[in-house]
Amino acid sequence: MTMILGLYNYWVVIVLMMIGFYIIIAHGHLIKKIVGLNIFQTSVFIFYISVGKVEGATAPIWQDGIILYSNPLPHVLILTAIVVGIATTALGLALIIRIKEAYGSVDEDEIQTMDNQAMVNQDKEHQ
Amino acid sequence: MVGIALAVNQIKDMFAVVMLAGIYGLVSASFFVAMDAVDVAFTEASVGAGISTLLMLTTVAMTGRTEHEASHKPLLALIVVAITGGLLIYGTFDMPYFGSADAAVHNHVAPRYIYDSMKEIGVPNMVTSVLASYRGFDTFGEVTVIFTAGIGVLALLSVVQRPKNDAAIEAINDSMHEKHLILRVAIKTMIPFILLYAFYVQFHGDYGPGGGFQAGVIFAAAIIMYAMLFGLSAARRVITQPAVQLLSALGVLVYGSVGVVSMLNGGSFLDYSVLTADPIAGQHLGILLIELGVGLTVASVMIIIFFSFSARREYQQANKGESL
Repeated sequence: MTMILGLYNYWVVIVLMMIGFYIIIAHGHLIKKIVGLNIFQTSVFIFYISVGKVEGATAPIWQDGIILYSNPLPHVLILTAIVVGIATTALGLALIIRIKEAYGSVDEDEIQTMDNQAMVNQDKEHQ
Repeated sequence: MVGIALAVNQIKDMFAVVMLAGIYGLVSASFFVAMDAVDVAFTEASVGAGISTLLMLTTVAMTGRTEHEASHKPLLALIVVAITGGLLIYGTFDMPYFGSADAAVHNHVAPRYIYDSMKEIGVPNMVTSVLASYRGFDTFGEVTVIFTAGIGVLALLSVVQRPKNDAAIEAINDSMHEKHLILRVAIKTMIPFILLYAFYVQFHGDYGPGGGFQAGVIFAAAIIMYAMLFGLSAARRVITQPAVQLLSALGVLVYGSVGVVSMLNGGSFLDYSVLTADPIAGQHLGILLIELGVGLTVASVMIIIFFSFSARREYQQANKGESL
């Protein structure tokens, strides 16, 4: 019983991570892939933050008389990771917009078909 | 949260997916508060629930709402996911239990950050002192990454020629704005307070939760709200595109120069103790300056990203109008 309670947070993280992973590999829609990537990313954030939590501790801002604080190091790492995450997400979305303009679609399979078609046409021209 | 994530997997309407992603961000922010990570929660609430939802909505508006049924079978993907998840869960059996104070993470550098940072840095918020001083070099790298991402978005989406029918766009904007009269008035009164709050978060980050990253995002959110309700051209009159680009570079420059100045004063890169005669005052000055640099870069990169996205959209609409 203590094991289930003690490891519960890791399992939630793993479930979230796997849902995100599944969305990335099983769906063809590119925006949905980005959302899946975000879910995956958040699961890592949750992992770090829950590792930094100490039972009975308080937020890491110095106050007289309080000895027990949660670990500030994971907070710092994740704080910057979130902002870097939004910057990379924006870059990904920008790429999607350009793909939509070039191909007229944001579905992976359709884009693949179009690419294959173009390759075949090119080969014919060479012959 | 697991429920929301599952719903994202199932729903085909992209608008609903993006909205759910926003709610997901908000829920995780409240989770971070419960985990004592107030600074992180702050960032996640403004980024995850605010800006990222906004950017995704813009993209969805440009690319269409529905998702086609996948042609290939998801069974293989499911098997891969199940195996990976199973292995990860097997790995957790060796992990320290949740909330235990003697876990490995708490016994390395963390005690120094917690118990000595008050003496060495003199800043009550340990997250700020670790972020800006002990790990200032990492943060410098992250600011540079954000700056680079801003340049990347600019390179991908910047519109070279100005759309010809400016008047038509203005007309579309005006008709849209009359529908949102209440919103416009309400937001207009809120914007000064949001900006003020951003400055409070910026300069109070030493004492309470906050700092350059959060302040930058909040500041950008105020400008973005203005741009949403009054049109891009109006927002461009408040802050011009070249000015934002200059500011984003200036932020990185300020950060780097603080490091170089501390080197010239005989310390190592980003060692603020040598900036003034009193090491504690030097740390204060250094942290204040680099948080300013971080805030500048984050705010202007967010504004650049939003401007590029919506300019691209206006450009597309204008082109569509011509072809019809």
